[in-house]
Amino acid sequence: MDAIAPLIAASVNAGTPLMLAALGLLINEKSGVINLGSEGMMLVAAVVGFAVAIETGDTSLGFAAGALVGMLLAGFFAWLTVWLGANQIATGLALSLFGAGASAYIGIDYVGKSLHGGNYGVPLLKDIPFLGPALFQQHPMVYLSLVLCATVAWFLQHTRPGLVLRSVGESPSSAHALGYDVRRICLLALLFGGGCCGLAGAFMSLVYTPMWVEGMVAGRGWIALALTTFATWRPLRVLLGAYLFGGITILTYHMQALGAPIASQLLSMLPYLATVLVLVLISRNTNWIRLNMPASLGKYFNPNT
Amino acid sequence: MSRKFMRAALAAIAAAPVLALAPAANAVDQPPLKVGFVYVSPIGEAGWTWQQDIGRREMEKRLGAKVQTQFVESVPEGADAERVIRDLAQQGNKLIFTTSFGYMNPTLKVARQFPDVKFVHSTGYKTAVNVATTNARFYEARYLAGILAGKMTKSNIAGYVGAFPIPEVLQGINAFTRGMRSVNPQAEVRVIWVNSWFDPGKERDAALALMGQGADIVTHHTDSTAVVQAAEEGGKYAIAYHSDMKKFGPKAQLAAVTHHWGDYFTGKVQEVLDGRWKSDSVWGGIKDGMTALEGYGPAVPADLKQFVLDQQAAIVAGTLSPFAAPIVDNTGKVRLEKGVLDDNALNKMNYYVKGVAGQLPSK
Repeated sequence: MDAIAPLIAASVNAGTPLMLAALGLLINEKSGVINLGSEGMMLVAAVVGFAVAIETGDTSLGFAAGALVGMLLAGFFAWLTVWLGANQIATGLALSLFGAGASAYIGIDYVGKSLHGGNYGVPLLKDIPFLGPALFQQHPMVYLSLVLCATVAWFLQHTRPGLVLRSVGESPSSAHALGYDVRRICLLALLFGGGCCGLAGAFMSLVYTPMWVEGMVAGRGWIALALTTFATWRPLRVLLGAYLFGGITILTYHMQALGAPIASQLLSMLPYLATVLVLVLISRNTNWIRLNMPASLGKYFNPNT
Repeated sequence: MSRKFMRAALAAIAAAPVLALAPAANAVDQPPLKVGFVYVSPIGEAGWTWQQDIGRREMEKRLGAKVQTQFVESVPEGADAERVIRDLAQQGNKLIFTTSFGYMNPTLKVARQFPDVKFVHSTGYKTAVNVATTNARFYEARYLAGILAGKMTKSNIAGYVGAFPIPEVLQGINAFTRGMRSVNPQAEVRVIWVNSWFDPGKERDAALALMGQGADIVTHHTDSTAVVQAAEEGGKYAIAYHSDMKKFGPKAQLAAVTHHWGDYFTGKVQEVLDGRWKSDSVWGGIKDGMTALEGYGPAVPADLKQFVLDQQAAIVAGTLSPFAAPIVDNTGKVRLEKGVLDDNALNKMNYYVKGVAGQLPSK
């Protein structure tokens, strides 16, 4: 039992950046725009958040800076794709490549520095045996990400702006005909996506590691993108997928330490395989996917034609 | 530290009269020897490249105006490396240190094109007329670290975060385990491979997993400070690798297995200056000052530290070897019946010794 509590805690910690980024991308894609720049936005946010936290000594400022820089990059992406009609896939890839280089450059002076991870926890609850160390000794951002997940689910299903967002993603021309400003709605959705990717990147460098190294996001931006698709754009499935991925990653380490006779290279494939398998199984109903997938995903909409 | 300083100070005093006479003649006859360095990662504040750069600065300080150094950091092991090495040779560097295993073939290739330039490659096994190799016997300090861990552990479990299951890393794991069990026969070492030299996220998760399974001492053969930091936060002990990481784990660090290149670099540069450079393979240990166990933490009692230092003296004197027979692997097979494991066998090590849990990853 003693070994299980840290396993759960570490899984939640590993899943959080994936969930944060995937929730942002989900809203972003619900508006019909796909942003493949998540990896780049996360990297830049990770280094900027880390630099701000080192200079000011305040991690919450680091998170704010990370979110802000994520939104800035997403805003630029919106200008290129929503207003100028640039190809979304190519622009997104360019943003990811740009982010990898730019973050390495910004981070030159911050390599090797480190923040001291603090002790966090929910008062009272963190002292409960087993449950405390397993669930209630996390960084506040972990609980905020859960609140975010619930909020996104509620926003999409039960609010009018959520409905408008979905209609823009389904049929921008209909939404436009009804008098909604499609471009502005896309911009807001992209900014939200960028902000969430920023928070996820800052979480990596401020809480998860906590330090800055070149390329430290290590593909998590791409995994978050894949998660939104495999989770058929449903927030609760994003949560499940993210924690599952985190959990299996951590579990493979525990299996190695226990001396399981499986090649470590094989074990390192397992999180990807299992997450894809589970999410494919729960969403094998193709009608469901068609129902949830924004019909105009990736298509440019010009309101003047 | 102080001994090194004394040595440097003495050398400076001895050299003073010579230098006082020399500069005028020197400036005309001998321009400074240009020496280039290729680093695999950013210098940062700790780690493999950091130690290489300390060596470079030490060498520069001791040889003063006779050398002029230049370095390129974060050079990936591959096609880029060849370009960087060739570039350094074209810029007039007469001696080039390529400090990572993956530079082996690029170094040899460039060396063939520049026969009048000398090269020193770290941790490789191929030499040429103008290519020497160097490495350190890290496992000697690992053995001492194992003794320390064996005496300090309460749970009798130590955790080891490894990069790749290659001989160099296995030597460390096996020496550590043998050292630990030499003072604590119940001790067990658990290993997690992260399949990366440098991935702080994975290293940290692996350390947390090991501590979650009861390891009260963790160590690593990876490049970041993440394992030491994780131990500090978890209230456990750590043995750092490459550099003294006290700054990252003031309470956690029991000691650090380190490596030092200043003496070796200075010697090699001096050989070129004197015109007596030769290609050789140096594999130096504690005796040669190339690896050490240092940076003892506050948790280590004075008598234990003394005990470890005594063992260290025995290794230096040659009366103690981390890999003396009998060597039994963790399946019970006897790997060496008598004598001491030779360098050839060390370089081919592909098993866990008794006391390491689990199986070596294989297909």
